[in-house]
Amino acid sequence: MAHGPAKGIGRWLRATNHKDIGTMYLWFSFAMFLLGGFFAMVVRAELFEPGMQIVKPEFFNQMTTMHGLIMVFGAIMPVFVGLANWMIPMMIGAPDMALPRMNNLSFWILPFGFALLASTLFMEGGAPNFGWTFYAPLSTTYAPPTVNFFIFGVHIIGASSIMGSINIIATILNLRAPGMTLMKMPLFVWTWLITAFLLIAVMPVLAGAVTMMLMDINFGTSFFNAAGGGDPVLFQHVFWFFGHPEVYIIIIPAFGVISAIIPTFSRKPLFGYSSMVYATAAIAFLSFIVWAHHMFTVGMPLAGELYFMYATMLIAVPTGVKVFNWITTMFRGAITYETPMLFAIAFVILFTIGGFTGLMLAIAPADIQYHDSYFVVAHFHYVMVAGALFSSTAAVYYWIPKWTGRMYNETMGKVHFWVSFVAFNVTFFPQHFLGLAGMPRRYADYSLQFADWNMVSSIGAFAYGASQLLFLYNVIATIVAGRKISDPKVWEGAEGLEWTVPTPAPYHTFSTPPAIK
Amino acid sequence: MVSTAKQLVRGGIGALALLPWIHAAAAEPAAQPSGWNLLNMPQGVTSVSQNVYDIHMIVTWICVWIGVAVFGVMFYSMFAHRKSRGHQPANFHESTKVELAWTIVPALILIVMAFPATTTLKELYDTSEADLDIKITGYQWKWKYDYLGKDVSFISELATSQASIYGNAPKTEFYLEEVTEPLVIPVGKKVRLLMTAADVIHSWWVPALAVKRDAIPGFVNETWARVDKPGIYRGRCAELCGKDHAFMPIVVNAVPEAEFNAWLAKKQSETTAMRALTEKTFTQDELMAKGEAVYGRSCASCHGAAGEGIAGVFPALKGSKIALGPVADHLNIVVNGKSGTAMQAFGAQLSEVDLAAVITYERNAWGNKSEDNIVQPVDVFKLKKGQ
Repeated sequence: MAHGPAKGIGRWLRATNHKDIGTMYLWFSFAMFLLGGFFAMVVRAELFEPGMQIVKPEFFNQMTTMHGLIMVFGAIMPVFVGLANWMIPMMIGAPDMALPRMNNLSFWILPFGFALLASTLFMEGGAPNFGWTFYAPLSTTYAPPTVNFFIFGVHIIGASSIMGSINIIATILNLRAPGMTLMKMPLFVWTWLITAFLLIAVMPVLAGAVTMMLMDINFGTSFFNAAGGGDPVLFQHVFWFFGHPEVYIIIIPAFGVISAIIPTFSRKPLFGYSSMVYATAAIAFLSFIVWAHHMFTVGMPLAGELYFMYATMLIAVPTGVKVFNWITTMFRGAITYETPMLFAIAFVILFTIGGFTGLMLAIAPADIQYHDSYFVVAHFHYVMVAGALFSSTAAVYYWIPKWTGRMYNETMGKVHFWVSFVAFNVTFFPQHFLGLAGMPRRYADYSLQFADWNMVSSIGAFAYGASQLLFLYNVIATIVAGRKISDPKVWEGAEGLEWTVPTPAPYHTFSTPPAIK
Repeated sequence: MVSTAKQLVRGGIGALALLPWIHAAAAEPAAQPSGWNLLNMPQGVTSVSQNVYDIHMIVTWICVWIGVAVFGVMFYSMFAHRKSRGHQPANFHESTKVELAWTIVPALILIVMAFPATTTLKELYDTSEADLDIKITGYQWKWKYDYLGKDVSFISELATSQASIYGNAPKTEFYLEEVTEPLVIPVGKKVRLLMTAADVIHSWWVPALAVKRDAIPGFVNETWARVDKPGIYRGRCAELCGKDHAFMPIVVNAVPEAEFNAWLAKKQSETTAMRALTEKTFTQDELMAKGEAVYGRSCASCHGAAGEGIAGVFPALKGSKIALGPVADHLNIVVNGKSGTAMQAFGAQLSEVDLAAVITYERNAWGNKSEDNIVQPVDVFKLKKGQ
């Protein structure tokens, strides 16, 4: 209680307080979510019916690319870093993050990275148009000149992630309150510890990939240029060695959020805590040895194809364990359905569907048909949107009373949930059919047999986009005029140190460490 | 081994397929599903595609039944164990036996899935003893087919008009699924497909054949298909390859062997006739008429229908230094391309006659007026020969 926040803009520019930085991360990611969502609306509007009506194919490619990049790097990754900043110190009884100034830097370089990336939309040649996976040589020899801005943007974003991860690891390993052993940590903390190690391992690989691109484009090297003795497939190996762990970086913190919410509203402890920890670690390990299942059609030798198929199928085992644990946590609980719980249950259902299609995609001979089709688009949106986004939405509803000392409007929250849930499925379930029947992804236009489901999908997408504005409104209304609450334990069934501090959480918490039972 | 696995798979499907509506939609023969009936993967017309379909269905049904069981328990809890019904929470939070069971049982199910998958993958990879070799080259944004050793080669590109795409003309039945010239293959023969690309990565996908293989510059990938049923099978490029990724469809025409041989003979004589035409001297009007058609197919998508280009990406040809400058430079860039850019070497794609026509067209169209305004096929031939 020594002092409160600084006054004015300086509070944010020079922020070292984990709660302030967490808040900035959350708002930044929401802004990026709206931007990336807007790009998705352009894509779905163009795909509303066959023919080119709204944009030209070259701009369409810029939209799909920017949508993917902004959502993955700008919305989903930072939202979980924001949650980590807010919650990890409060969950382990630490006064702040271990490295507060680096925390400030890792946030404040992000807006510059994304400004660099987004500015390409207004440059000659247009924004990156080679997909968020930016396969060479489309992204090198054949790229628009703005690719250099994209490369430096990725470098900045990567540096931010690495700094954020170092900070999280240092905090978790060094600042736990006495008695908070590793196996007593809330699962959200565990999932972030594992995620941070994944990030440190693979962000440099991404940096290496884009640096090789930079060299190929500007300095005459031929890493990925076949005509110069290079190898375009090498790019895909390097990219997916980053890219596959990356998808787990996105989803593993979501597991932590769900593992906090389901026990609270089931009023029952999490089932199988230690198997949850081991399953998460197993998933993280497997994520490093399965990357080429994204490349089943590049013409790998049969032995390689078989290995990556078997290894990928294995991921279903620890993932299954997690789903079974969540459901068994609910089993014989005393369940109530507040908005965070609704989003968490939707997460379990829809993430599991995404897991099933993931298993199907792992079957290499069947993947010959699924690969690069809308089936893949449906699959990863079930995991990314219903997985990562639903869980972070659940997290905001769950913790916002603690952050602000005000309760959100439950009715509006439920409306937001049901519109999101229905619209999400209307958008993405038909995409399974489109993909199976032969519609490739990243198509600006399509033949007539695909027209009906595409129209359904577009209608769903518009409804989903609109429902997120309701979320924005609900959050602002909560902060400005929500019903004031002061009970430290906001939810009846909530457990954990964050629920022992006053509501709203004061600017400084745990200046002296709490006693752990 | 293969047939045992096949029977296992088929039997499994029979036992599992209890939701008849998807099955009915999938089993419908011939007619391409569309609209609301478009729900599932086609069974296709090759043994590989049938096996792939079987694996797809068995894995789908396993997933569906696991989902029914798991979500069943969940929905039961959601209903029965509500606080509002006065349910008191239990306090259990671990059970080694249960946790071991739900680790081991899924692993066993995975092993069951792995067997047919492995068998089919081996079949899919066996490209030995082919009856016919066809090299497929992906270009931005068209396919070139070379019948190796048969002296037949042609380009296959989108036949749908720009007017139709941009809503200025009606969209017909095969909108974006029609090409200038289909790939013709004989039924009942093992056709080896060798894939490569000239610029960026493409991917040649025909669902009915269960063939999808990346066409990668600097690599030659191989796969194969033996089509059992004559018919026309349509596919698409599956790997993002730039602006017109959605506009480079594939059409395969599988015909009986006799018909195939007749077609091949006709194509071979066309090749000979085309060589003879190279020696002919054309008038400017002839060249302009032919050149306009070639330009529309091969050049307009980048350089614009009226030579206007796309600012910052593709240069305009109207008033350009190349089109107005020395004819040798113009010939050189069209025939050999410009390395490090999207400008392809059209010498490998177009005939001498087409090249001469299109260059002549570019030098005279849209108000362009250059000194040497006519190029003859023989000029192109000399350039190619001299290299």
